[in-house]
Amino acid sequence: MRYFRLFIAFLRIGIMNELAYRANFFVQLFESVLELGTALAGLAVVFSHTDTLGGWLPNEVLALVGVYFLVGGSIRLLIQPSMERLIESVREGTLDFTLVKPEDAQFLVSIQRVEIWKLTDIFLGLAVLAIALVRLGARVGAIQLMAFAGALLAGGVIVYSFWLILATLCFWFIRVENILVIFQSMYEAGRWPMSLYPSWLRFALTFLVPIAVATTVPAQALAGRLNWQTLAGMIGLAFIISAISRIFWRFGIRRYSGASA
Amino acid sequence: MKGLGAIYLQQFSTTLASQLQYRAVLFIWLIGQVLEPLIYLVVWSAVSRSTGGNVGGFSAGEFSAYFILLMLINHSTFTWIMWEQEYRIRLGTFSFALLKPVHPIHSDIADNVSYKLITFPVMLLVALALSLAFHPEFHFAPWAVMAFFPALGLAFLVRFLLEWTLAMTAFWTTRVSAINQVYFVLLLFFSGQIAPLSLLPGPIQAVASILPFRWMISFPAELFLGRLTPSQALAGLAAQVAWLAGCLILMKIIWRAGLRVYSAVGA
Repeated sequence: MRYFRLFIAFLRIGIMNELAYRANFFVQLFESVLELGTALAGLAVVFSHTDTLGGWLPNEVLALVGVYFLVGGSIRLLIQPSMERLIESVREGTLDFTLVKPEDAQFLVSIQRVEIWKLTDIFLGLAVLAIALVRLGARVGAIQLMAFAGALLAGGVIVYSFWLILATLCFWFIRVENILVIFQSMYEAGRWPMSLYPSWLRFALTFLVPIAVATTVPAQALAGRLNWQTLAGMIGLAFIISAISRIFWRFGIRRYSGASA
Repeated sequence: MKGLGAIYLQQFSTTLASQLQYRAVLFIWLIGQVLEPLIYLVVWSAVSRSTGGNVGGFSAGEFSAYFILLMLINHSTFTWIMWEQEYRIRLGTFSFALLKPVHPIHSDIADNVSYKLITFPVMLLVALALSLAFHPEFHFAPWAVMAFFPALGLAFLVRFLLEWTLAMTAFWTTRVSAINQVYFVLLLFFSGQIAPLSLLPGPIQAVASILPFRWMISFPAELFLGRLTPSQALAGLAAQVAWLAGCLILMKIIWRAGLRVYSAVGA
C-alpha cells in the first residue's frame, strides 16, 4: 500500500510538471491518433487481399494492435522515462539523492518519472481492444479474459525487468541509451503476429528482446489460442527474470560511487 | 565550380572521420532501416502464400525482391535533416552555417553522401543475408536496369530537396515533430513501403502518382523489377524531373523567407 501511495505521489508530480505545457497534450494526442490510423490503414490494406494472416483473423489482429498500443504506451509512460532518468543520474551523480531516501531504491528509480501525456496511447489501445473484443463476441469467455490478464501482467513484468537489466548496465558503461533505442526500434515488430516471422527472428524477438511475450502472447490468449503450458512458462519466466534483474540491480548499485558531488 | 568541388571533398573527409567515431549510433539507425521493410516483406510473403502464391501479380519471392530492393533504395535516399535542422535552429548553431560563404545545403548533401558511403556496404551485406533467408525472384529487363540508375539519382535529389525544404519550417516553429510525423505517415503509404502501390485501391494509386513520394522511393524499385513499360518509365522520369524543378523553386522561396525570420534561439 505504501508503494502505491508513493507511485501516486510521483504521478501527481508528473501531472503538475506537464500541466505547465498543455499544448503538448494536443501534439501528443495528434501523434498517437496518427500512429493508430497508420496501423489500422496498414491492416486494412493487408486484409483487403486476404482473410487470414498467419492463421489470425482480422479481429484477432485488431486485438493485437490494441495490446501493442496498450503495452507500448505503458512502457513510454513509466518505464522508459524512469530508466532514462536513472542512466542520466548515474552519469551526473544525482543518484545519491535517491539512495539516501528511506525507501527501496529500485522501486524509487522505477517510478521516478511519469510522462502522463503518453496516457493517450494507453486509452487508444484500450479503445481498440474493446472494439476488437465486442467483434470477437461470444468467443471470448471468462477463462480467456483471465488468461489474457495473466499474460499481460507477466509480459509487463518481463519487459520491465529487461529494461531494468539494460539500464543497470550504466553502472559499468556510460552510453547505455543506445541499447535502449534498439528496443524501441524493434518494438514495431510486435504489431504483427509472431507466427509470421521465420524461426530465427521469432527467437530473437522472444529471448533477445522480449517483444513477442509482451504483445502476441496476450492477444493469443484473447483469441483462445494460448495453451496452459505457454502461459505457465511465461509466468515462470516472469518470476525468474524479475529475480535476476533484482540481483543484478543490487550487484550494480554496489559499484556506484557517485560521479560528481 | 572548382571551389565547390573542394568544399565537397573537405566535407566528405570531415564527416567520414566524425561518423566513424559514432559507430554504435550508425548501427542503431540501420536496425530501423532494415526492420521496417523486413516486417512488410514477411507480412506480404505470408499473404501471398496463403492465397496460393499470387497477390496482385506478386508471388512470395517477388515480394521479397521488392522489399529488399526498397530497403536499399530507401537507405540510399533517406535524410535526417528534418531532425537536425530543428535541433540546429533551437540551439542557435545554425548561425555558424550561415556565416560560411557557401549555401548550407552543400555541406548537408556532402554529409549525407559520405554517411551513405560508409553504411552502404553494410546494407548490401544485410540485403545479401535477407536474400539467402527469403529467396527473392528478380526478373530483369536490361533497359530497365539501365534506367534504374538515373531514376535512383533523381529520387535522391527530389527527396533531399523536399525534406531539406520541409526542415526549414523550423524557422517559423521550433517544434516540428508533428509536421515531421505527418510527413512520415504520408511517405510510408504513398511511397510503397507498406505495400507495393499496385496493391492499393485505385483512387489512392492515382493520388500516389501525383504526390512526390512515389518518385522518391517506389518508382526506381518498380522500374528495376521490370513492372513498368518503357512509356511508363519515361513518364516516371519526367515526373521526377518536374518534381525536382518544383522542389528547387519551393526551396528558394522558403529559404529566402525563412532567413528573414530566423532569430537564432539560444546562443
